[in-house]
Amino acid sequence: MPKPKVGLYWCASCGGCEEAVVDLAEKILDVVAAVDIVFWPVALDFKKEDVEAMADGEMVAAFINGAVRLSEQEEMVNLLRRKAQYVIAFGSCAHLGGIPGLASLFDRESIFQYVYGQAPTVAPTDVRPQTQVTVPEGELKLPEFWDKVRALDQVIDVDYYLPGCPPTPKVIANALTALLEGKLPAKGAVLASSRALCYECERNATKPEKPSLTDIKRVWEVIADPDTCLLAQGIICLGPVTRGGCDAQCVKGNMPCTGCFGPLDRVHDFGAKGLSAIASLFASNDEAELEKLADKIPDVTGTFYRYSLPASFLFKSRAALKGDGQ
Amino acid sequence: MTTKITVDPITRLEGHGRIEIFLNDSGDVDRAYFVIPELRGFEKFAVGRRAEDMPQITSRICGVCPTAHHMASTKALDDLFHIEPPPAAVKIRELLYSMFMLEDHALHFYFLGGPDFIVGPKAPKAERNILGVIGKVGVEVAGQVIAMRKELRELIAYLGGKVIHPVFGLPGGVAKGVQKEDQERFVKAAESGVDFALFTLKAFHDLVLANKEYVDLILSEAYTHKTYYMGLVDEQNRENFYEGMIRVVGPDGKEFERFKVQDYVEHVAEHVEPWTYVKFMFLKNVGWTGFEDGEKSGVYSVAPLARLNAADGLATPKAQEAYEEYLQTLGGKPVHQTLANHWARVVEMVYAAERFLELARDPEITSTEIRRIPTATPTTGAGVVEAPRGTLIHQYDTDERGILTRANLIVATQGNAARIAMSVDKAAKALVHNGNVDDGLLNMVEMAFRAYDPCHACATHALPGQMPLIVSLRDAQGNVIRELVRGE
Amino acid sequence: MANEDYEPTIVAFTCTWCTYLAADLAGTSRMGYPANLRIIRAMCSGRIDPQFVLSAFQWGADGVLIGGCHPGDCHYQEGNYKALRRFKLLKKLAAELGIEDERLRLEWISASEADKFRDVVNDMVEKLRRLGPRSQAQPLPEAVPAPAPEEAVHA
Repeated sequence: MPKPKVGLYWCASCGGCEEAVVDLAEKILDVVAAVDIVFWPVALDFKKEDVEAMADGEMVAAFINGAVRLSEQEEMVNLLRRKAQYVIAFGSCAHLGGIPGLASLFDRESIFQYVYGQAPTVAPTDVRPQTQVTVPEGELKLPEFWDKVRALDQVIDVDYYLPGCPPTPKVIANALTALLEGKLPAKGAVLASSRALCYECERNATKPEKPSLTDIKRVWEVIADPDTCLLAQGIICLGPVTRGGCDAQCVKGNMPCTGCFGPLDRVHDFGAKGLSAIASLFASNDEAELEKLADKIPDVTGTFYRYSLPASFLFKSRAALKGDGQ
Repeated sequence: MTTKITVDPITRLEGHGRIEIFLNDSGDVDRAYFVIPELRGFEKFAVGRRAEDMPQITSRICGVCPTAHHMASTKALDDLFHIEPPPAAVKIRELLYSMFMLEDHALHFYFLGGPDFIVGPKAPKAERNILGVIGKVGVEVAGQVIAMRKELRELIAYLGGKVIHPVFGLPGGVAKGVQKEDQERFVKAAESGVDFALFTLKAFHDLVLANKEYVDLILSEAYTHKTYYMGLVDEQNRENFYEGMIRVVGPDGKEFERFKVQDYVEHVAEHVEPWTYVKFMFLKNVGWTGFEDGEKSGVYSVAPLARLNAADGLATPKAQEAYEEYLQTLGGKPVHQTLANHWARVVEMVYAAERFLELARDPEITSTEIRRIPTATPTTGAGVVEAPRGTLIHQYDTDERGILTRANLIVATQGNAARIAMSVDKAAKALVHNGNVDDGLLNMVEMAFRAYDPCHACATHALPGQMPLIVSLRDAQGNVIRELVRGE
Repeated sequence: MANEDYEPTIVAFTCTWCTYLAADLAGTSRMGYPANLRIIRAMCSGRIDPQFVLSAFQWGADGVLIGGCHPGDCHYQEGNYKALRRFKLLKKLAAELGIEDERLRLEWISASEADKFRDVVNDMVEKLRRLGPRSQAQPLPEAVPAPAPEEAVHA
């Protein structure tokens, strides 16, 4: 009985999701005993032409991480969609757009001007990378940029989501087991806990019944008590609105949750929900005092949308799709 | 009409890339281009972010070396907020960082570049990977490698919360320290780490240096370049991953420059080419003359080979021994053979492990004095570390609230970008003749970049955005005869 | 900026006990107010999830108005205070994302203040008409002004 085939690919990715698979450690030997990995550029030498040569649906699953922001990535994910029965969006970038999604805050022109012009170390030049270049030997191509960063399901049909930046080995192992045993839930499920992170957090018992923010502290302004709920200490922690499944690793490191596992079921816009929840905790009804509290969050976008800007309502519109958004 | 061979994608490295080999009519190589087609834009979307978020945001430049970015960023924050962490915090940071260097170098040796030597450069495609390595060294040894990495990474997570994208970095210290009762675990892991590094060094001797074919390959002209070399050194010019002065030596091995990170703008610059998104670093005080070797060309190199050239020694005994053997075998400093990067990397594993052990045994790492609260108004700050893949610089400007107004990142692999392009071109020219290529041969072209352990997610953190399209039509002499411009 | 025929669309989330009744009263009193408004009634302004607001913009609203009871008068005691707290952060987010100040508005309008309702709507429509449509294609302004470019010496 031939082993089921799987492929892994990265779009606008940092490679952390790949490392998370390698962090299965000794379990990876069980994985390779159970499946045939037929495409995984970080670790294996199979090339694009090997994927093109496959029959449609030949792979049981393609795990795709990274956000989509180049034409090359769009081509590859469409190719993998054809060649795989299931597509699993792996990690925050594929799930929600990820941290690279913050690039959608800037238009291409201003980014371009900085990187190839104004950055202090760039030697003055008018040369810019181009999608098509004629060099003395022939033609070279670079992929095009889309105007906005997109999550994977904004480009192709996605069957399941593995959340996290990156997903933990435990979350990955559970998903692989479910896949191989044919015990996957309904299509579209996010394969982690269905409860908020607070439930898994060691400090949950110290979280007040009604947390109340009389002051907001930036993480460098205070030394956080390692045993008490961070929200109770005035540090913004997104545990209450973030999907659990990661064992609250960041909190164990004495730093707050920043929301990488994304929203709970039935929440569509993580950042909006996050800011709603945190704002509700402001301990004042006075307009001026509320203004002061709000000012203690100088970067609302980065605080609440760090991983999920492309998936938010304001960026997911028709104009966020392929092209210049004109 | 030239024909073109494309390797797409390149594999067993971090990041995206394509090699385009142009053949002339006799089937020899006109030129091979190393094209990096990826970008994300970190320097730009850093603007508007809180400074304290930068260690966690920039770590997403790379999930293989997130700790390097996190650490460079944290040190930039120290500078930005004008605050010095307490000594225990510095030691904890360097402890964590040594563990990271050890496991990341091990990843490259066993998973990424190593298979080329352990299994063989022309071994069947399906075996040139970690699975082939396991087949070659046996399941027991493989189990030990996996277990070592697992332990190191769990200890990194102990201090950093997560191992992939850790959270420990704060201006003025670290978020979490070492509990007294846990110190023993660090010491034991460090002792195993030293054994592991020495075992890897021996494996390199047995599998690579004992194989004449491989040694010839390492020493061959096809994989040799004579450039400048850069690395961080302490006051005695010994290699240091965590801090020090940035030292540059010339192709002749003599010191050319030595500067602190805050002055980096006066020493390094970035060159743009239209056919790739990566920017190529070069020495400002030499200048860019093209993809060339030699002391008149500002091209330099970073990472293990370069660091061992830039330094005069290593600060721990077994590593120093390994270093001396390395230099003696290769004919002294500077070592110009690119494939020697693999050996240099293993020598560095020994240093990282020994340094880890020194710090693990230090009583100060269990201190609770691990933070100082900044009080000064933030302005501008720069931080440098040696990432596994080279010298890494983060620089931030902020407003008085600590919100970024500008970021500049000089990322390790950018320091190798020019030399990598040259290496791939030279290797292709040496290996491809009469249009004959096969999978094994093309892998040997790929080996020319793989030795550097490049990280292209790192190298291309930047995003150019809307490109005006300029098409240049050149005649046979390369003169531009017509230019079509769109969207300027 | 906008053409002569442009009419902004405003989605108004109103609470049941105050603002909705004010709108109703404006209607029954035959006070004219522009037809640009699409009213969505919720029990309380505290029910207004910021997701609703952003979704309204996504679907093409040029402006969003939230209407609730005056502080102290909320039918559910605290709901309008929650709305106020959320609105503060939502306003900051909108500013960061380039949504002009006039497009997002919170007003306390009691059941008897039909005239205030009419005036607010008139004012908002007028301002949005001048601003023009909200489009995703509008380049976002820099969150923080970029520093002046280095003095570059061009080769």
